Amino acid sequence: MAELMLGNKAFARGLYEAGCSVVSSYPGTPSTEVTEEAARYDEIYCEWAPNEKVAMEVAFGASLAGKRSFCGMKHVGLNVAADPLFTCSYTGVNAGLVICVADDAGMHSSQNEQDSRHYAVAAKLPMLEPSDSEEACQFTKKAFELSEEFDTPVIIKMCTRVAHSQSIVNTGERITPPVKPYEKNIAKYVMMPANAIRRHPFVEERMAKLAAYAEDCGFNRVEMGDKSLGIITSSTSYQYAKEVFGEKACILKLGMVNPLPEKLILDFASKVDKLVILEELDPIIENHCKTLGLTVTGKDVFSVMGEFSQSLVAEKLGVARPQAKALDEPLPNRPPVMCAGCPHRGLFYTLAKLKCTVLGDIGCYTLGAVAPLSAMDMTLCMGASVSAVHGFNKALGGEGGKRSVAVIGDSTFMHSGMTGLANIAYNQSNSTVIILDNSITGMTGHQQNPTTGYNIKGDPAGKINLEALCLAMGISRVVVVDPYDLAECERVIKEELAVEEPSVIISRRPCALLKYVKHEKPIAAAQDKCVGCKACMRLGCPAISIREGKAVIDATLCVGCGVCAQLCKFGALV
Amino acid sequence: MTKNVMIVGVGGQGSLLASKLLGRLLLNEGYDVKVSEVHGMSQRGGSVVTYVRYGEKVYSPIIDKGEADFIVSFEQLEAARYLEYLRPDGRVVTNIQKIDPMPVITGAMPYPENLIGKMEAKGFAVDALDCLALAEQAGSAKAVNIVLMGRLSKYFDIASEKWERAIEECVPQKFLDLNKKAFALGKTA
Repeated sequence: MAELMLGNKAFARGLYEAGCSVVSSYPGTPSTEVTEEAARYDEIYCEWAPNEKVAMEVAFGASLAGKRSFCGMKHVGLNVAADPLFTCSYTGVNAGLVICVADDAGMHSSQNEQDSRHYAVAAKLPMLEPSDSEEACQFTKKAFELSEEFDTPVIIKMCTRVAHSQSIVNTGERITPPVKPYEKNIAKYVMMPANAIRRHPFVEERMAKLAAYAEDCGFNRVEMGDKSLGIITSSTSYQYAKEVFGEKACILKLGMVNPLPEKLILDFASKVDKLVILEELDPIIENHCKTLGLTVTGKDVFSVMGEFSQSLVAEKLGVARPQAKALDEPLPNRPPVMCAGCPHRGLFYTLAKLKCTVLGDIGCYTLGAVAPLSAMDMTLCMGASVSAVHGFNKALGGEGGKRSVAVIGDSTFMHSGMTGLANIAYNQSNSTVIILDNSITGMTGHQQNPTTGYNIKGDPAGKINLEALCLAMGISRVVVVDPYDLAECERVIKEELAVEEPSVIISRRPCALLKYVKHEKPIAAAQDKCVGCKACMRLGCPAISIREGKAVIDATLCVGCGVCAQLCKFGALV
Repeated sequence: MTKNVMIVGVGGQGSLLASKLLGRLLLNEGYDVKVSEVHGMSQRGGSVVTYVRYGEKVYSPIIDKGEADFIVSFEQLEAARYLEYLRPDGRVVTNIQKIDPMPVITGAMPYPENLIGKMEAKGFAVDALDCLALAEQAGSAKAVNIVLMGRLSKYFDIASEKWERAIEECVPQKFLDLNKKAFALGKTA
């Protein structure tokens, strides 16, 4: 049946049809929906793991046990999972093991735009790269076969435009994969030096076999057209090339981007007058072509930064594009903001007021860095806030801890904040860690996590008690505050910064967008009482604006959190 | 020839249902269809864009400058923001609602005045209507997306029954009457 499907949903359909049984992932834009959609199939056991490393190890364990398994993550998640990745390349698999990594060229929702293809090269693993939803589904199914045939984990690389575009998919039935009973094999699965030394040659032989396979596999294809131009490309760049050139160029479309088919590339190059390599981010295909002695146009013309588009491809290759016009005046931009009623706002307002140095982390609350709050000094990667505040305070000595805090969300704390807290407890810095517990993984679109008490299907699950956890780790000062209560926030933060020992503040209130959260009556701005002092504007709440010198509240956005009312000295906000 | 519809607005305004409906309609009509959206960070009150492309064979999932046949906008400023994506003979279909972005809220910039007049003066074909009022008339402020789709349907050579069938396929049963009413109001207002 033909259906319009998101690339990520099509990927999940491929998992289902391939007979995949176990899925473990950590959410991350643009990869999240692969796992969310897989969880809709009752035949697949799905879970959110605390982080990507755990997820990959769970999937590996399931493969070992003999079930086709999967884990998905965004590009930076693969950094976290890199440790199991490199060594499960050595062990190989029992049942098929497929890994999704979703890159984010253009950084729509990411802190960097690293190119995940480097991981496939470095870990010596095959990598497939679909260019639309149909391929996402079909490649996933074939990836399991490839995994079992070559005894290797297979990485499928998605990108924002493939993951988050819908196109037509022809769905099929779920198959029953071959039975792969678990058999003890110490030489293959116990990677201590003596065994690993014997596995490394296997990895090299496997790559050689895969390279031969790549020459004549269904993933790569040549589309002949006008021979004056030949383009080697993959993924969404293939779509841009077809959009611009249609039949007016020859295209070598690579669906398998590691290992690369050298003979196919050389043969293709010999048939065309000029060779262009069209790849987003780093020149991986290009550099490979150069080692083959080919003269190519690539990153001398195209950037290693940002996304491509049909206009960009046309412009760089000298094809005329339609004219466009716009209004002459500059328009105010519309950056993302914390939602009206966001529980993070009150806390960040207080941190800004107290002029704290805020070591931040990854989540909705990174928006605390945006004006007018501007209450963040650093954001690096998942969990870095907790480790970095310790380093910051150790470096500055006693006074450093009087101003500095780490802020980290509940899900991010579970992901990789706990180990940083163990370090604080162990090496004793006078650090204050604030866990922003909004009872959900927010930025990626509301996924459950180990602190919420629910699993991926929304059924009751184990629930980690953050207070008990911090106490057990040796932090004796653990305080819970309601971020809607500004006076209490200020009192607690001042108190915990003043003490000469580590402490954890749990700022607890569920995300205002959660369905079960009941909203209060919207705040109304009494125009006769408002003096236009703009104290409420310091919150950066999208529901509050100034019209003709006075505060106005948008009743359709306001959820009645009352934080602004606490700032109004004139009783105008009630 | 590939046709292009850009749906723009502010995160949270309901553009996903609009693109789902349009995608379903065009799929039912037998076209190759691609719908592209960006999730995640941009949803939090930011400017959001969805691309809907259809034709015999669609390659790129995105719409580029000078390519859009229609810009369907949930908000005036967002319509203005993406004008350079419109073809010279393209059309803007927009809700007249204004939502202040953060630079306006903080007073760093004013909300531009008379945007619709300025767009028309510049030679753009603009069909502007109060979708929020029409949605409320239909029974829910949330139906702005379907009011806009009703308006857009005026410019498509596809029968109303087919739009209604697509609505039936995309909307839960209990909201069907509301959405059909919103669609009709958008079309005839």
